[in-house]
Amino acid sequence: MPVQYYIYLALALFSIGIIGVLTRRNAIIVFMCVELMLNAVNLLLVAFSKVHYGAAYLTNKTTDAGIDGQLFVFFIMVVAAAEVSVGLAIIVMLFRNTRSVDINFLNRLKN
Amino acid sequence: MSKLIIFLVPLLPFIGFLITGLGRKFLSKTLTAVITNGTVLTSFIISLILFFDVKATGGKVYSAFTFINADAYKIDFAFQIDQLSSIFLLIITGVGFLIHLYSTAYMNDEKPDHYARFFSYLNLFIFSMLLLVMGANYLIMFAGWEGVGLCSYLLIGFWYKNNNYNYAAKKAFVMNRIGDVGFLIAIFWLLAKVGTLSFQEVFSEPVLSKLSQADITGITLFLFIGATGKSAQIPLYTWLPDAMAGPTPVSALIHAATMVTAGIYMVARSNVLYSLSITTQHILIVIGLATAFLSATIAIKQNDIKKVLAYSTVSQLGYMVVGLGVGAFTGAVFHVMTHAFFKALLFLGAGSVIHAMHHEQDIRNMGGLRKKLPITHITFLLACIAIAGIPPFSGFFSKDEILAAAYAKNPVYWIVGVITAMLTAFYMFRLYTTTFLGTYRGTKEQESHIHESPKAMTIPLLVLAVLSVVAGFIGVPQVLGGSHELHQYLAPVLTSEKAIHLEHSTEYMLMGISVVVALLAIVFAINKFSKKPEMEEPTGFGKILANKWYIDELYDTIIVKPVIALAKFFKNIVEKLGIDGLVNNVGVFVQYAARQLRLVQSGQVAGYIMIMVLSMVVFVLLWFYDTSILKLVEKLFY
Amino acid sequence: MSLLHIFFWFLTALALFSALMVIISKNPVHSVLWLIVVFFAISGHYILMNAQFLAIVNLIVYAGAIMVLFLFVIMLLNLNKQTEPQKHIWLKFSGIIAGGCFLLSVSNVIYNAQNTTLELSKKAVLMGEGNIGLIENLGKKLFTDYVIPFEISSVLFLSAMVGAVVIGKKN
Repeated sequence: MPVQYYIYLALALFSIGIIGVLTRRNAIIVFMCVELMLNAVNLLLVAFSKVHYGAAYLTNKTTDAGIDGQLFVFFIMVVAAAEVSVGLAIIVMLFRNTRSVDINFLNRLKN
Repeated sequence: MSKLIIFLVPLLPFIGFLITGLGRKFLSKTLTAVITNGTVLTSFIISLILFFDVKATGGKVYSAFTFINADAYKIDFAFQIDQLSSIFLLIITGVGFLIHLYSTAYMNDEKPDHYARFFSYLNLFIFSMLLLVMGANYLIMFAGWEGVGLCSYLLIGFWYKNNNYNYAAKKAFVMNRIGDVGFLIAIFWLLAKVGTLSFQEVFSEPVLSKLSQADITGITLFLFIGATGKSAQIPLYTWLPDAMAGPTPVSALIHAATMVTAGIYMVARSNVLYSLSITTQHILIVIGLATAFLSATIAIKQNDIKKVLAYSTVSQLGYMVVGLGVGAFTGAVFHVMTHAFFKALLFLGAGSVIHAMHHEQDIRNMGGLRKKLPITHITFLLACIAIAGIPPFSGFFSKDEILAAAYAKNPVYWIVGVITAMLTAFYMFRLYTTTFLGTYRGTKEQESHIHESPKAMTIPLLVLAVLSVVAGFIGVPQVLGGSHELHQYLAPVLTSEKAIHLEHSTEYMLMGISVVVALLAIVFAINKFSKKPEMEEPTGFGKILANKWYIDELYDTIIVKPVIALAKFFKNIVEKLGIDGLVNNVGVFVQYAARQLRLVQSGQVAGYIMIMVLSMVVFVLLWFYDTSILKLVEKLFY
Repeated sequence: MSLLHIFFWFLTALALFSALMVIISKNPVHSVLWLIVVFFAISGHYILMNAQFLAIVNLIVYAGAIMVLFLFVIMLLNLNKQTEPQKHIWLKFSGIIAGGCFLLSVSNVIYNAQNTTLELSKKAVLMGEGNIGLIENLGKKLFTDYVIPFEISSVLFLSAMVGAVVIGKKN
């Protein structure tokens, strides 16, 4: 399978995530779009890892080239899990203070 | 002569200036007077020695150090002691000392620090004037030239609490500056063409041959512009009558005897250049005659004792310029000398009168002072006769020499000169008669205080009176059996002077006519004013004269007002709208832009993300398509 | 067209469609459910690439834990109604334009990169074969070369846990 298929797929998912972030006001949806973008990147990393592995596999059947890419994905998932726990806590607090999850209330950066 | 002694001449007054100027809060009046008079007297004595030295061995240039050394230009700080400068040294230090002495009494009413300030200025003036006269090149001369201008400004505005005096000082300074620019341009021109400013080199044949006729005419004309400023010629003469705001000794020293003759000295020093340009000579004659005549007419109707003398000075300076123009350089220098004596005497006499009358200057309130001020009266009368040109007083010889040279050039010049001489005799004796003859017309209170001035004032009067009477004998022309010693003495410096050839009978006739005309004017003036002085305000033509031909008003209308209008235009339009507008609008724009840009900082997270995404797009495009973008830009703009 | 290709295109289409539905749905709960579908599709891709461990972890961590957390929060805050205030239509439009620009510019870069010295068109992903995605190999690597990052990530979790508690605590 040519690698650019995966690139285009990941790019499309990432762009959909961007559009979601830009067009929705619900903080939870925005957050989910961020997760979508993370997954797009994960997919790309795995695809690249297999490209490298495939190139090395032709000469050496026991190689583990490209395994780093998959480990990166593993760590991204770890970080994503941590991020989600903190992010959702923030959203809950936002809701508790404003009775809304509208990101237009997240304008405290102004001051 | 050793160098040190030469340099002591200007240095001594400068030291006096420093001591009295810096120590004016601590020095007593006596000490100030001793220091300043002592320095000038010492300078005078050295000048005397120098005079005899020059007479015996001739002129010489003394160089102290290289003043400016830039590329091809090398200008020395050098003094030139020759026949011409030694004469001027004697006049400056001699008359300067007498006036210093006179001032010790005249300024005695001032507080000690102002007294010291006055004398420090006077010493600084003497220093600058000596620098001007002794300088061996145009640059040193210019330094002195600026120095005397500064001292003139300081001393006219000496009583700085009176704003009118300050205006007069400013006027004198500005008028002088206009002339100075001309002088500077001439200096630059000369430097650009021949690369040297030293008198000896400039006036030498190989250097002169580098100058075209147009160069010489231009340089001499610009030098003369400088002279019109300093020596109060048309069109820059109006500052001199106003300069009478200063203390009277200042008027006598600066605005009659020495500084105003700086222009004459400069032209006489440059006689080699001037004799090469016919155009400039004609301009000199025309301006000199016009100035002499115009100011003589104005002097007829002035009622301020010092104003009359001021216009008289302008008129006599006009004579000297005519002398320079017709090539009678010796005559001009001769007249500078005699004029220095009798005009200083007249001013000091006027100062004595003013002192006695407690600062009353209007001659209509005087009269009959003959008995109360005997010494002043006698000396003043002698000076009047001298300036009127009655033989054998000094003014006769010098004036006659100029007139004779003018006749040799063109009889019309002579006619105007004689008419001016007649006017001179008339207004001087109008002044004398109204002041000293007739009956007393002032207030009783003033009358009770009138007294003859103290010795410090009368001694200079007497000395100057003697000089006014006898000074002419050094220049007795051959036609009267003399040998004209001054002419012989100055001949090495005034090389370009050509002897005038007039029949003896013609000369006798010229002298006769001018003497008779002057005598008639004197008799007429005494008769007219001794019985019935001119008290009422003049009408008709007299009013025009009394208002000085409205020259000040004319200048005001055609120069000052347009300049002020221009200044207002620049202030209101260019400054306020242009420069301020630019600066303010930059500020307004920045404020506006800031206000608009602040909207971007909305604090809305979504907005930030949007900008971030767009920036990413831009970066991707720039990163991967930089060459394509450059090509697109080239297509669009080239 | 082999079975592999059929699966690939099916999963790709499913992922893109579900992703679109995530941002189109009005109801947050539907969005969450569509996102879970996306994660399943991506896990399918992982399996196609024989990255079995990641496929499972993706399902467990994302679809299982994270998305349940999302759902839980939505339910907790009672947001499962269409109460979300809508952005202005112009803002939405400009957001789509911006995202589209990003998509276009980057895909153009990829498109051009196919024929450069990078020779992207000749790089292929090894499908179905290879054992680097197996848990045994990943585990060996993780506990030898990557043991320090692995342990540090536990600290990250701890701090995230503390942070979540501190933020969520009523003050």
